[in-house]
Amino acid sequence: MAMERHFEHQLADLQNRILTMAGLAEEQLRSSIKSFLDRDADLAHEVLESDRRIDAMENEIDEEGIHLLATQQPMARDLRLITMILKMSSDLERIGDHAVNVAESVLRLRSTPAVEPPPEINGMAEIAIEMVKDAVDAFVERDPKAAVAILRRDDVVDRYDDSVFRVLLTIMMENPRRISWGMEILLVSRNLERIADMATNIAEDVIYIVEARNVKHHAGEVVLEAGGTA
Amino acid sequence: MSAAPGPATPVPVVAPAPPAGRFKAAGNALEIRDVSVYYGDVHAVKNVSLDIPTRAIVAMIGPSGCGKSTLLRSLNRMNDLVVSARVEGQVLFRGENLIGRGVDPVEVRRRIGMVFQKPNPFPKSIYDNVAFGPRINGMPGDMDEIVETSLRQAALWEEVKHRLRESALGLSGGQQQRLCIARALAVKPEILLLDEPASALDPIATAKIEELLKELQREYTIVIVTHNMQQAARVSDLTAFMYLGRLMEYNVTDDIFTNPRVRETEDYITGRFG
Repeated sequence: MAMERHFEHQLADLQNRILTMAGLAEEQLRSSIKSFLDRDADLAHEVLESDRRIDAMENEIDEEGIHLLATQQPMARDLRLITMILKMSSDLERIGDHAVNVAESVLRLRSTPAVEPPPEINGMAEIAIEMVKDAVDAFVERDPKAAVAILRRDDVVDRYDDSVFRVLLTIMMENPRRISWGMEILLVSRNLERIADMATNIAEDVIYIVEARNVKHHAGEVVLEAGGTA
Repeated sequence: MSAAPGPATPVPVVAPAPPAGRFKAAGNALEIRDVSVYYGDVHAVKNVSLDIPTRAIVAMIGPSGCGKSTLLRSLNRMNDLVVSARVEGQVLFRGENLIGRGVDPVEVRRRIGMVFQKPNPFPKSIYDNVAFGPRINGMPGDMDEIVETSLRQAALWEEVKHRLRESALGLSGGQQQRLCIARALAVKPEILLLDEPASALDPIATAKIEELLKELQREYTIVIVTHNMQQAARVSDLTAFMYLGRLMEYNVTDDIFTNPRVRETEDYITGRFG
């Protein structure tokens, strides 16, 4: 059974890689938000530099995952795990890209007057960071209940995003000189909203890994179901 | 679960009847009720109950010695040929218990054909191999037509139509296996049992057999025993997992291979057995 043990090692290695990648994505996300809140251009530059590492990890994980699919023809929980890791790697890569977008906004915001963004942005940033962290934790713990809780929070972020949009629209209409600034803040808000979506995807992947239930596009029903059985 | 004879009702863990789905309307081709097979003192198949829906492809999987081939052979009385074998329980085919004393095993085997692991054509011509069954059964009709139809159904006609009088032993392994399928089809059975039909074949010949099974499903109910899990996943509608003589899990194939309910099934199909 030496071959099977080798497969176990390969699976463990793939999981370690996705966790390393998740750690990098979380770090990029935190740094980009910190650079935004502190108007820290140096930190924003660091975020731009580090994105390459995440991109490289996505390629490595995809290659390894496809290799395992081709050579091991995994079934059941192994199949679910490997296919979901492949999806997670692309979601984590996009979280990295959104962090880069935020960092780029930070750099462009240097040429605008230093105005405090709407406080909702802080709330969104906090929730987005938490959601990504909790999604990765839910994966590590194989905890579908924690994953369902993440799906619920996505709605909160969406409401914040709508609210930020209305506030900024009002500011920009009242003061056209604030338009460049307002557009950048709007972009930051939209990127945070997308990051929350990526965390939601990962949470859905975790539910599939553990329970083999596809809950994508039926999140409302899942929340109800989990509420009923919890 | 103590599987008693009678209508099979779904039970969460060991379900004799799979979720009916698209097979519900067609009814069952075979109803296996509390079947046990003994070889002397060895209880090789233990109280298995299982419904085989009409025109379904049902795969039986499980480790060597789990009883899947023994169960398959009891479906058309092949175990009669094993001196020490004893079969108990019921195999209901059109309401009649095939295991019953008054039932003629030769007639059972005409209605329920079988193809084995190693292609076993007779040392005769291709034509005579296919014509053999209809002749000994005294089947009416034009023999040339029966042979052609059977070879066409087995997707072999185009390859052999110009050499029907040549020896079947000159065919490749894959062709020989399709010839054996044609031979089984020639007596117009309703059910086809296949015991590892592709395990001695290369991947191309295997793919042809698998394609063929999908075609044959339009007219026949098929039960296939296989060690090749990918093959079970590719060709079957329903999969039964057996272990130590027991039916552990029976469900829609997609569910068995992505989300098995029973720990032993999961361990087996992910290669973690033992």
